[in-house]
Amino acid sequence: MRDTLHSPLRLGPLRPWPTLGVVAALALLPLAALAIGQPFYVVFATRVLIYALIATSLNLLIGYGGMVSFGHAAFVGAGAYTVALLMPAGIVSAWLLWPASLLAGALLAFLIGALSLRTRGVGFIMITLAFAQMAYYLVLSLRVLGSDDGLTLGVRPSLGFLDLNSDFAFYYVALTILLATLAAMRALLNAPLGRALQGIRDNETRMEAIGFATYRLKLLVFVIAGAAAGLGGGLLASLNGLVGPNLLHWTESGLLMVMVILGGAGRLLGGALGAAVLLIAEAAIAEHTIHWPLGVGVVLLVVVLFAPDGLIGGLSGLARRWRANI
Amino acid sequence: MGESPLPLSLIAEQLLNGLQLGLMLFLLAAGLTLVFGIMDMINLAHGSLYMIGAYIAAAVIEASGSFLLGIAGAIAGTALVGAALEMTLLRRLYRRSHLSQVLATFAVILIANEIVRMIWGSQPILLNMPPALSGPAELSGFRYPAYRLVVIGVGLAMALFLWLLVTRTRAGMWVRAGASDREMAEVMGVDTRTLFTLVFAIGAALCAVAGALLGPLLAVQVGMGENILILAFVVISIGGIGSIRGALVGSLLVGLLDTAGRAFLPFLFRKMFPSVIAAEAGPAVASVLIYVLMAAVLYFRPSGLFPARG
Repeated sequence: MRDTLHSPLRLGPLRPWPTLGVVAALALLPLAALAIGQPFYVVFATRVLIYALIATSLNLLIGYGGMVSFGHAAFVGAGAYTVALLMPAGIVSAWLLWPASLLAGALLAFLIGALSLRTRGVGFIMITLAFAQMAYYLVLSLRVLGSDDGLTLGVRPSLGFLDLNSDFAFYYVALTILLATLAAMRALLNAPLGRALQGIRDNETRMEAIGFATYRLKLLVFVIAGAAAGLGGGLLASLNGLVGPNLLHWTESGLLMVMVILGGAGRLLGGALGAAVLLIAEAAIAEHTIHWPLGVGVVLLVVVLFAPDGLIGGLSGLARRWRANI
Repeated sequence: MGESPLPLSLIAEQLLNGLQLGLMLFLLAAGLTLVFGIMDMINLAHGSLYMIGAYIAAAVIEASGSFLLGIAGAIAGTALVGAALEMTLLRRLYRRSHLSQVLATFAVILIANEIVRMIWGSQPILLNMPPALSGPAELSGFRYPAYRLVVIGVGLAMALFLWLLVTRTRAGMWVRAGASDREMAEVMGVDTRTLFTLVFAIGAALCAVAGALLGPLLAVQVGMGENILILAFVVISIGGIGSIRGALVGSLLVGLLDTAGRAFLPFLFRKMFPSVIAAEAGPAVASVLIYVLMAAVLYFRPSGLFPARG
């Protein structure tokens, strides 16, 4: 990898006002959708939040661990199918279903990571792709998992005091989970584990020489990311009420990678921003033309050519230049 | 059915099918492995060139009525598209990280799919094989589609041509030098800028041959490049990135294993397990075989069977 990923080894203290502003805006969003008479935007926004969570987990691997995984959709699929299999079995409590998704993602990540992390660089990209393809074709050919058609859930899980069948309630639950995940990731990156991880990304041989058990550290982080992706898959299945093999298709892994790179690999909010920008751009361009992928493709090309470090890097560069000019 | 032994002719037929799939994969993988090996460039858009080749072939065949003209048109047109793509966009990405390359070439897939959809629509196009080849050919003891035999023949000829090009010509020597050590090749006076465009155009032309030949066997449709692209990545990971020989061995392995697995595993499983399990497990295992092979090769030999460097 020739470009260096720009991230400070330690994230500075949270700036309270911008953080509060963003959180408040996200919290008020459903009310705004109601006010303009477009309540179905809430479901779309919830989908964006869930993809933000999944992309954030991949950013931990790509941006902070230098582990370019081309098979992240497998963990999303593991979490989604866990919910879809447990619900017909009579388990409807989200308190059980979502932790089960999380565990399924973690378990699959442990199996895949334990083998894949023996390789580095391009080998790692390709071997994670191979395992994800195995998962895809297994799901596609197993009739228990619904083959081509996938599985339908019928109802949303219940969370006890909150009725998840209300789109608004689901939105706030997803928002809470995303914010908690970002806070946890921030804490992890500032903890010794996170700093060792970034050291491994920058020079694994040296970290090994200093005495870090690099393989075990990377596997631990791989499992954490897989768990978060599994949780995201469980949330997605609960929101949509159906799961299908397309969740595990390689283009889905590619799309998640695109989100991370678009937002900014190795930036705390890179995954979340990339997911939001990509999904919103898709939806916005699709309103005007059926050939929306063309527009999305052009947007991505412009970003890659003019903001090599992703949107966050490009925007902060612009902001710096603007401040220098006044 | 479960009790009868496999007839020899069926085995021969499946082996030929595997050979045919392998050779077509080789046409795709050869370009991909050179671009990856020499320019250290992950090109997800390689499958799009295959799609563009198939569509150009379909258009020319419809306009002219000649299959040969269709292939020639596909080769010329796709090589031009490939060279143009390299000179306008991909050239800027060689020095960038793999991440930027993934993002940019993913964007190219989206754009190429949409442009093809705008021109030709979303409906799959059925390409007719040349009438002279549409019947079966009599091989010793069994009949095999004549068209598929021709595809195998062309595939073998292309492989031979490529081998001669890479091992016996000056340009081929530059390519090999570039694959094993790019900086050193540049220092020794190889004009890598032109070489890269040339390699890219040749890779695109090979894609077009595969796209045109497979047109009558598979449907010509938007998105046809994506699945075969992954197979090409499987091939070059197994063979070793940058190695033409590796691409050939990898292609044949993947082609034969995939075809044989799908044809014979369900049969074997029916003999070994109760029918309920066999009906589920046979197809499932058959479709993941090549990925198991790929993971095993990468695990034991991370740089593939025939590494180009070192």
